[in-house]
Amino acid sequence: MSGPVDAVKVSSPAELYALAYEIETDAVERYKLLADQMQAHNNSELNRIFLDLARAEGIHAAEIQRMAGERGLDAQRAPIGAWRTESPEAVDLAAAHYLLTPVEALQMALAGEERALAFYTGLAAEATDPAVKKLLKEFVAEETEHVELCHRLIRRYSTGSEHPEDLDPPWAVD
Amino acid sequence: MSATVPLACKPGDYKSDTKPIWCPGCGDYHVLLSITRAFAALNLPPEQLAVVSGIGCSSRIPAYTSCYGFHGVHGRSLAVGAGLKVARPDMTVVVASGDGDGYSIGGNHFMHACRRNVDLTYIVMDNHIYGMTKGQPSPTTEPDFDTALSPGGTGLRPFNPLVIALASGANFIARAFSGHVNETAKIIVEAVHHPGFSFVEILSPCVTYRPDQRAWKDCVRSAPVEPTDDAARAARRLMTDDGFNLGVLYRGDRWPYQPRAAATVTDLAEFEKGFEI
Ligand SMILES: Cc1ncc(C[n+]2csc(CCOP(=O)(O)OP(=O)(O)O)c2C)c(N)n1
Ligand code: SF4
Ligand SMILES: [Mg+2]
Repeated sequence: MSGPVDAVKVSSPAELYALAYEIETDAVERYKLLADQMQAHNNSELNRIFLDLARAEGIHAAEIQRMAGERGLDAQRAPIGAWRTESPEAVDLAAAHYLLTPVEALQMALAGEERALAFYTGLAAEATDPAVKKLLKEFVAEETEHVELCHRLIRRYSTGSEHPEDLDPPWAVD
Repeated sequence: MSATVPLACKPGDYKSDTKPIWCPGCGDYHVLLSITRAFAALNLPPEQLAVVSGIGCSSRIPAYTSCYGFHGVHGRSLAVGAGLKVARPDMTVVVASGDGDGYSIGGNHFMHACRRNVDLTYIVMDNHIYGMTKGQPSPTTEPDFDTALSPGGTGLRPFNPLVIALASGANFIARAFSGHVNETAKIIVEAVHHPGFSFVEILSPCVTYRPDQRAWKDCVRSAPVEPTDDAARAARRLMTDDGFNLGVLYRGDRWPYQPRAAATVTDLAEFEKGFEI
C-alpha cells in the first residue's frame, strides 16, 4: 500500500457497508488498472490473474451492495471514498514493473488482503454494536479466504517464476 | 468517515476507453486515479471539464479521461488552457504537464500563467526527468544525477517550481505525492475550488529512468505547518523545505484574471481601422 491508513470507527451496519464497499471498489479499480498494464505489455498470464482478482473483489462489492440495498450505500458514501488517506486493502500500483512475475503480482495482492484482514479484525475486536460485530466477523471470514486463496495461488506459481530476460531494456541508450 | 454527500458521478465516469500505456509502476497511474476521484467529488459532468496537456508521458493524461481533452504542443499546455478558460469561463479547466513540459520548454509560460492568474488548475507530474524521451535531465533533476546522457550529472542547481510559482503570483500552491491517491484527489478538489491560478506539483515517480524514486514513498510527509495566506511566510517555508513536505502550502487572495468584455463587432470596416498603422 502506498499511503497511510486512517483509523476509523464504525457505529452502524449502514456505515460498515459503505466503508466495505469503498474498500472493495478501490481494489477492483486497482486490479483492473494492473490487468490493463499487463495487457499493454503483452503479458496475458498476468492480465488474467489481475482480472480474476478484480472479479473476486467485484463479487464481494456486489454482495455488500446487495446486503446494504442501494439506499443504504448512497446515504453514507463520501465524495472521495470514505478515506482521508488510503484504503487498507489498496494494492500499491507503484510496486508493479514490466517484468513482474505471477508470484510477485500475487504477493502484491496478498499484502493488500492481509492488511484488509488486520483492519476488519481490529474493527471486530472493538465493535460494541452486536449487528456490526456480527457483520465484521463475516468480513473477517471473507478476507481470510482471500488471504488463503493468494497463498494457494503463490504455491501454484512458485516454480519457474524467474524474471524473463529483456535483451533490449528501455533504459539502454540507443 | 467523512460527511455524507449523495454521489451523482463515479470516478469511472471520467475514464475513457483508452487504456494507459505507461510503464507498470509509473506514478502517473496513481495520478489518473486521483484526477478521476477529484472530478467525481466535484460532481461536474465530463462535458463541463477540460483536461489540457503538452507532450510527455504525463501529458498523455487527457486521452485517458472522458472529459474534453487537448493533447497540445510541447510546453504550450498553459497557453491553450488559459485561452480556453478565457473563451469559455463556464468550463472547469485542468492543465497537466510534466517537469520537462512545464518547467523547461514551457518555463516561460509557467511564470506568466502564475502572473496572469487565470482561474484554472495546473497539475505538474514531476519525476525530475524527461521520461518520454528516455531519461534526459530536466530543470528539477538533481545536479549529481549521473547517467550516460548526463555523465557526472549536469552540475546545475535545480529549479524550485513552488518558489517560482509564488514569486510569479500563483494564487494557490500545493505539493502532493502520487502514491497518496485520496490525499492528492482532495488537494485537486481544493485547487479547482480556489479562485485564480492553482498550482499542484505532484511527485510522480518514473520507475524506468529513476528507479531511485521508488524510495520517495518513505521520504514524503505531511507539511508540519498549516497553509498560509501570507506570501512572505510561504516564501520562507518554500525556500527552506526539502521538497518532500506535502499539502496545501499557500492560499492567496488575488482576484482572478478577468478578460475585458469583448467589443461587439458590427461593422468590419470599423474593426479593421483598429489595426491601421
Ligand atoms: C518542440 C519539441 N521539442 C522536443 C520534443 C521532445 N520531447 C517530447 S517529451 C519531452 C520531455 C517530456 O518530459 P516531461 O514533461 O518531464 O514528461 P515525462 O515524460 O517525464 O512525464 C521532450 C523533450 C517535442 N516533442 N517537441
Ligand atoms: S518512462 Fe517513466 S514517466 Fe514514462 S511511463 Fe515509464 S515510468 Fe512513467
Ligand atoms: Mg518528467
